[in-house]
Amino acid sequence: MMSKFNLGRNEESPEVSTASLPDIVFMLLFFFMTVTVMKDDSLKVVNELPNATEMKRLEKKDRIITIYIGKPQKKWEDIVGSEPKIQVDDKFIDVVEVGSFVLGRIASMPEGIRSYATVSLKVDKNANMGLISDVKQELRKVNALKINYTTLNGEILLNR
Amino acid sequence: MGRRAGAPEVNAGSMADIAFLLLIFFLVTTTIETDAGLDRMLPPIEPPDTDVIIKQKNIFQVSINKNNQLLADDELTELKDLRAKAVAFLDNNGDGTCSFCKGAKDAESSDNPSKAIISLKNDRETKYSTYITVQNELVGAYNELRNRESMRLFNRPFVDLEADYLNPETDEDLKDELKEKVKRIQEMYPQKLSEAETSSN
Repeated sequence: MMSKFNLGRNEESPEVSTASLPDIVFMLLFFFMTVTVMKDDSLKVVNELPNATEMKRLEKKDRIITIYIGKPQKKWEDIVGSEPKIQVDDKFIDVVEVGSFVLGRIASMPEGIRSYATVSLKVDKNANMGLISDVKQELRKVNALKINYTTLNGEILLNR
Repeated sequence: MGRRAGAPEVNAGSMADIAFLLLIFFLVTTTIETDAGLDRMLPPIEPPDTDVIIKQKNIFQVSINKNNQLLADDELTELKDLRAKAVAFLDNNGDGTCSFCKGAKDAESSDNPSKAIISLKNDRETKYSTYITVQNELVGAYNELRNRESMRLFNRPFVDLEADYLNPETDEDLKDELKEKVKRIQEMYPQKLSEAETSSN
């Protein structure tokens, strides 16, 4: 009776085939390769976005111009002070330079999408409205009227 | 001699390791982009040619002071009550021309949704997070009303319709259909949110 089950015990146990492992891994690899967005700006300002619930997705990256506003990070404080600053690309700019920066960006877009250019304002939640109003005023001067207050999805009562 | 045995096979055993290495690299560098926010339109800088006279009762004035306190229509208001107040104002239907409104028909409040304007004013020292919260609530008020009408007419919330309409993956035929619907709802409750220039006293 027992011998029936012990049949083949002396042989080696069958190995699990790992031949398809590379395929599986490649599949995962391609997934991550396609969803990856390389971060293009390194942040020099504190940028904790506020929460909101009624937001819209920002589709199509090519027509978005990002402006960061917030207090400079610790290591930049000695150089530029601790007052909230405007950062675009990798540098700090002054309020008066915002207009020309945005115009430059719009000019570098293909003609067809220029009218859809949207300025995404990534503002730290502890910033004051003064600087933001100034930026908004500059944007109005160069007729870049479509803006988006970029926020995180979350409970708004946690904003304070 | 060994030629006849065919080309020697390349050992593919390390392929998995290489793929894993790449995989881990992309895993670490991935930030799945979640950019979303509140869309706003700034007013053009040239003043309009003709001065439009707007009745005081058609303006819902929201001001935020530097201590992040809220004044809505001259009453101190809590943030959580703002949405309901804005909805009541927009949906008021004072002159009775709006057939789908369910408001109180208060003579002292707005005439109809297409005339109702919400004006948002802030101090230079207002905190950004408060400002965004208020913006969020006001947009929320519009969305609430639009959703209600959209549910009644098309049996789908407005935000859904709009998200589909804006999604680049939606196909063209469906988009045209959605455009009609989105337009229709937007005309029922046009978003008139004016951002006055900041006061600095």
